Amino acid sequence: MIICKSAAEIEKLRLSGQTVRKVLEETREQVRPGITTLDLEKFVERRLADAKAKPAFKGYRGYPCCLCASVNEQIVHGIPSNRRLNEGDIVSLDLGVVIDGYYGDTAITVPVGPISASLQKLLRVTEDSLSLAIDNARVGNRLGDVSSAVEQHVVSNGFSVVREFVGHGIGRQLHEEPQIPNFGRPGYGPLLKEGMVLAIEPMVNVGGPGLRVLKDNWTAVTADGEHSAHFEHMIAVTSNGPDILTRL
Amino acid sequence: MALRRDFMAKEEAIEVMATVVESLPNAMFRVELENKHRVLAHISGKMRKNFIRILPGDRVAVELSPYDLTRGRIVYRYK
Repeated sequence: MIICKSAAEIEKLRLSGQTVRKVLEETREQVRPGITTLDLEKFVERRLADAKAKPAFKGYRGYPCCLCASVNEQIVHGIPSNRRLNEGDIVSLDLGVVIDGYYGDTAITVPVGPISASLQKLLRVTEDSLSLAIDNARVGNRLGDVSSAVEQHVVSNGFSVVREFVGHGIGRQLHEEPQIPNFGRPGYGPLLKEGMVLAIEPMVNVGGPGLRVLKDNWTAVTADGEHSAHFEHMIAVTSNGPDILTRL
Repeated sequence: MALRRDFMAKEEAIEVMATVVESLPNAMFRVELENKHRVLAHISGKMRKNFIRILPGDRVAVELSPYDLTRGRIVYRYK
């Protein structure tokens, strides 16, 4: 069952969403060549404590950290480590918080120093596909309209979408129904209603859609070793159109 | 955090050993679990199709839904 939230609940989710986004934007400023992803984790941990927000990922199904930092060929759920970021890398930062029982979840992919034109295109296409998906999250549309918006934009630019991982509903739990794939058919799937809150997160690969999960049981990497990008926003479906809860 | 597809799909049924206590109409049985709880259990469709007969006193495997622990489904009869 997809839980529709009241206006008051959406405001609580907005607080969580904006808080997590603020910390994530501050973390973006920290990204530079030479820093390790563990340094970023420590920074996030401090900033979350300052903001009095509880990390949502730490302990979730045994995940050990607050932040997911996925470098280059890592798609999602990269565990912060001593891996140093080099100039020309890209790193996806995915962060979640819980404040007063309501979850916030958002992700960006950040270039480390100057990056190649093809990687710039990857980031642009992924972020644009998220915007297109959000634009389709309207009362009366179906979930397939959201999913297919991502797929069409990505495929028409020569990239591929990850199929094993999906976006999700969010609220008093980190993962609620529905599952939001980044591929689908327009006009199919659950009808979107006022009050639904969705975390839409396209994961886009330069190469093929295949992936494998490393022995740590978390880090998902592309099967062909090509780069992958990931952006995520939390939105509420309202009668005035989509309302991005993780926008500052 | 992205969700692994089908993670959320379903909550697992709990499978436990039980002894049939009483046979009731409509292929329902009252069974006693190893923890002495008595629950109402019906026969799984697969067993019904294959005419597995169940009598009071039989040892059976029962699946319980995590939502309603007072009802179950008999999925296996031990010889």
